[in-house]
Amino acid sequence: MTALLRFEGVALRRGGRSLFEGLDLELGPGEKLQVSGPNGSGKSSLIRLAAGLLRPERGRVERSPLALADDNLALDRELPLRIALQFWGGAFDEAMVQLGIGDLADVPVRLLSSGQAKRAALARVFASGSLLWLLDEPLNALDSDGADRLSRRIAGHVKAGGAVLAASHQPLPGEWRGLELSA
Amino acid sequence: MIKALIGRDVRRGLTGAAWLPIAFFLLVAALMPFAIGPDAKLLSRIASGALWIAALTAALLPVERLVEPDRIDGVLDQLFLHGMAEESIAFAKIAAHWLIFAPLLLIATIPASALLAMDGSSLARTEAALAIGTPGLASLAVAIAAVTAGLPRAGSLAGLLLLPLAVPLLIFGAANAFLLEAAISLLLTAGAPFVAGAAIRAART
Repeated sequence: MTALLRFEGVALRRGGRSLFEGLDLELGPGEKLQVSGPNGSGKSSLIRLAAGLLRPERGRVERSPLALADDNLALDRELPLRIALQFWGGAFDEAMVQLGIGDLADVPVRLLSSGQAKRAALARVFASGSLLWLLDEPLNALDSDGADRLSRRIAGHVKAGGAVLAASHQPLPGEWRGLELSA
Repeated sequence: MIKALIGRDVRRGLTGAAWLPIAFFLLVAALMPFAIGPDAKLLSRIASGALWIAALTAALLPVERLVEPDRIDGVLDQLFLHGMAEESIAFAKIAAHWLIFAPLLLIATIPASALLAMDGSSLARTEAALAIGTPGLASLAVAIAAVTAGLPRAGSLAGLLLLPLAVPLLIFGAANAFLLEAAISLLLTAGAPFVAGAAIRAART
């Protein structure tokens, strides 16, 4: 079993402050890990490190191809949702249905509510076909129906050999391995 | 992915604010007769230089919307995660910007030349010089846009950076020294994706 994501002795400094040091972490197929901790403890930075969008101060990060959903929507606001998602490719029609936004296909992205926009960002991850999913605060703006759909899809993904790394300050539904960051 | 990104940026440009720099270009050209006076001889003598200055200032207008909106919205991050190198992203943005900016500028030069009492042959020379200069100008605009993305008052800073760097293009273009102008334009086009790519990487937080 090869790890989909591996941190070796990773240290990260942000704004002159050390967020964590000597962090080791391994995430293999079928695993899901929740990073928790208070505001400012470096949860989002850890996700961005895992994605390769930040470079570690020390240590090494190895990753397989991945998909990321964070607070940035990255969809063209003037386009209908379906066309905007189409730009990023993958099985987005199926993903939209799984997230309950299938009937919003023709609605311009700028008119989506924040919960619907969050579902759209998650749909891009679901559609990506990547084994490794990185989710930054996936429950933000989601209602209970959205959270249910998300946890069902995550369960299916993990069962199929995928892995999920999620950062959240609130408990995520289901069984998660935990990693607690301190402020 | 490069093709898709170029197509997307061209579509966004054409349905968005791509017309503004061209309207601005024509407006600056239209101001010249008011500022200089209606003397056709004098106007036609300065016309080529005036059009260059109008083109440079027009090239400055779109700088704030070339990179920053995609940075702030996470599009640059997602493109990277979809396997695009920052240099390829920058190249696609340059190509898309040039595809809109250059034809519109060259078309707008025709009515602008009439405002400045240019004759046919000097219009042809100016069109050729602008055509050669546009790849360099578009590359410079995207590179500066990437360098200033996320900074406060990026628009004014971009002007201070872009205009001096465009001086070689201006000198050789306005003097109709086509080979030297082409060399400068090529140099800017070849270097800009790397500058812009590095800037996009450095701007990640």
